[in-house]
Amino acid sequence: MIVDIAIITAKAVLVLLVVLNLAGLLGWIERKGSALIQDRIGANRASIFGFAGMGLVNTLIADPIKFLTKEDFIPPAGDKFLHTLAPCMALFPALVTFAVIPFGDVLVLGERVINLQVANINIGILYIFAFASLGVYGIVIGAWASNNKFSLLGGVRGSAQMISYEVAMGLSVIGVLMTYGTLELQEITRGQGVLIADLLPESWSAVRLAIGWLPAWGIFLQPLAFLLFFVAAVAETKRIPFDLPEGESELVAGYHVEYSGGKFLMFFAAEFAEIVTASGLITVLFFGGWQVPYLQRDGFHFPWGGAWLLPHLAVVPLQVGAFSLKVLFFCWVQIVVRWTFPRFRYDQVMRLGWKMLLPAALVNVLITALVIFYIQGAS
Amino acid sequence: MSGSEILFFFLAGLLVLSALLVVFLRNVVHCAMALVGALFLIAILFFTLHAPMVGALQILVYAGAIMVLFLFVIMLLTPAALEARRGLWWSFGGIMALLLAAALAAVTANDNPAPDPVAATELFGSPESLAQSLFTEFVLPFEIASVLLLVAMVGAVVLGKKER
Amino acid sequence: MVPLSHYLILSAVIFTIGVFGVLIRRNLIVILMSVELMLNAVNLTFIAFSRFLGSTAGQTMVFFVMAVAAAEAVIGLAIIISVYRHRQSLDPQAMQLLKW
Repeated sequence: MIVDIAIITAKAVLVLLVVLNLAGLLGWIERKGSALIQDRIGANRASIFGFAGMGLVNTLIADPIKFLTKEDFIPPAGDKFLHTLAPCMALFPALVTFAVIPFGDVLVLGERVINLQVANINIGILYIFAFASLGVYGIVIGAWASNNKFSLLGGVRGSAQMISYEVAMGLSVIGVLMTYGTLELQEITRGQGVLIADLLPESWSAVRLAIGWLPAWGIFLQPLAFLLFFVAAVAETKRIPFDLPEGESELVAGYHVEYSGGKFLMFFAAEFAEIVTASGLITVLFFGGWQVPYLQRDGFHFPWGGAWLLPHLAVVPLQVGAFSLKVLFFCWVQIVVRWTFPRFRYDQVMRLGWKMLLPAALVNVLITALVIFYIQGAS
Repeated sequence: MSGSEILFFFLAGLLVLSALLVVFLRNVVHCAMALVGALFLIAILFFTLHAPMVGALQILVYAGAIMVLFLFVIMLLTPAALEARRGLWWSFGGIMALLLAAALAAVTANDNPAPDPVAATELFGSPESLAQSLFTEFVLPFEIASVLLLVAMVGAVVLGKKER
Repeated sequence: MVPLSHYLILSAVIFTIGVFGVLIRRNLIVILMSVELMLNAVNLTFIAFSRFLGSTAGQTMVFFVMAVAAAEAVIGLAIIISVYRHRQSLDPQAMQLLKW
C-alpha cells in the first residue's frame, strides 16, 4: 500500500518536474529559434563572467530572477482576489492534464509491474478535455480583474476562441476513439503497436500489401483528424496564428497587460506547459506515443519476418526516449509555426472554428464509421 | 475515521462553504467563482462515488461551459451598484429555508439502515456502462434531449438578438 | 465507507442553501446560480443512490439533468439579457409590474 502510493507520487513528481523544466527550456528555444528564423542573434546580453551560453544565461537565469523580483502590481481599481487567482487558474489545468498521458509501456521491477503513466483512469481523454475547459477561466478572470478595456477585449475574444475550438478538438478526436475503441490513452497507445495488416480483413490482399506493413498509428488511420486536432490544439493554446487575445501589436498584450512579475511568469509558464501537453496529446493519439515501429515488449519483430530480441531494461528506455523525441519534435513544430504565419483576424478565427473545422470533424466521424462498418462486415 | 470519511468531510465542508459564499457574497463575479468551486467539489465527490464519467462531464459541461456563460453575461451586464440588503426579506427567506431543512431532516433521519453499497465492478460508472444505458434503455430521452438542446440554442439566439 | 445518509444530508443542506439564495437575493443572475446549486444537490443525491443501489440509471439520470440544466441556464441568461435591455436593472423588484 505504502509502496503503491510512493510509486504514484514518484511518477507524479517526475512528470511535473519534466513538464516544468521543458516549459522553461521551451522559452529559450523560442527566443533563440525565433532569432534564427528571423536572421538575428536574439537574447545574448546577460552573462556570468563573460559566459553567455547562447542566450541560456539570459533566458533561464536572468529572466526568472527578473520575473520573481519584480514588484507585484495589482491595478488599484481592479479586483485584488481575482487578479491573484487568475494566473493560478491558468497554470493549474496546464500542469494537471499531463497526468493521464502515458510516457512508456510497463516497467517490470522484480514482481512489480509499474504502468508508466501517472494515473490510469477509465475516462482517459475526457479528463484532459475537462481540465482544458477549465483553462478558459484564467483568461476570463484575468481580463475582468484587470479593470482595463484592452484586457477585457482580449479576454472576451480569447475565451470565445477557446470554447469554440474545444468543440472542434473534441469532435476531431472521436474518429480516433472509434478506430481504437477505447477512451484510455494507454490502451490507444498499445493499440498502435499492431500492424495495419492485422486490422484489415483477410480478403483485402491488395490493400494489405500496399499499406499493411505500416504500424497502425493514428496518422495513417486518421489523417484528417490529425490535421483538425493540430489546428484546434494550436488555437486552444492561443499561439500564433491564433493569438489575437494577446495580440502584441493590436491589444498591447491583451488579457495579461496588467500582469507583471511572478504572475506573468505563471501565465507564461502556463502557455508553454500547454504546448508540451498539446504535443504530448498529438504524439499519443496520432504518432504512436511511446511506440517505436515494430518494437514489441520483447524486442523488434519486423513485418518481413526478422526479429531482434532485446531485454526488458533495453526496451523501456527506447520507448520512453521515443516518446520524448516525438514530444520535442511537436513542440519544435509549434514554435516554428508561430514564427512563420501571420495572425488570423478574429472573425476569421471564429469562421474557421465553426464553419470549417466542425463540419470537417463531423464528416471525419461519418467516414470513419462507414469504413469500420465495412471492414467489420467483410471480416 | 477512515481515509474515505476524512476525505468526504473535507470535501463536504468546502462544498457547504462554497455554497454559502455563492449566496452571501455581494460581488456577483465572486459568487460565480464560488459556484465554480462548488461545482468542481461536487465533481470530485462524483469521482469518489465511482462515477468518473459523470464527474468528468460535470467539469466539462457545468464548470467549464455553463459557468463561463454565466461569467460572460455578468461581465456584459453588471450594473455598478451592489444590491441593498432588506431585513424583512432575509427573515422571511430564513424561515422558509429552516422549514425546508426541517422537512428534509425529518425525511432523511429515519431508522432504516442504509443499504450497504453493492460491490462495484470494474465497469460501474465507466463510459461503457453509461453508454450502454444511454443507448439502449434511455435512447428516446437521449434523442429528445438533443432536440431540447437545439431548441435552447435557437431560442437563445432569438432572445439575445438586439431589436433593430 | 461513508454511509448513504451522509450524502443525503449534504445534498439536503446544499439544496436548502440554494433555496435560501433564491428567496433572499435581489439579483437575477445570482438567483439563477442558486437554482443551479439546487440542481447540483439533486445530482449528488442521484449519484449517491446510484452507487449504493448499484444501478446505472442514476448516472444516466444525472446526464439528462445536466443537459436540461445547460439548456435552462442558456435560456434563462438570454431572458435576463433581454429583460436588462428593457428595464436597465437586474433587480426582480423592478420587474414586478407589467408596464414600461
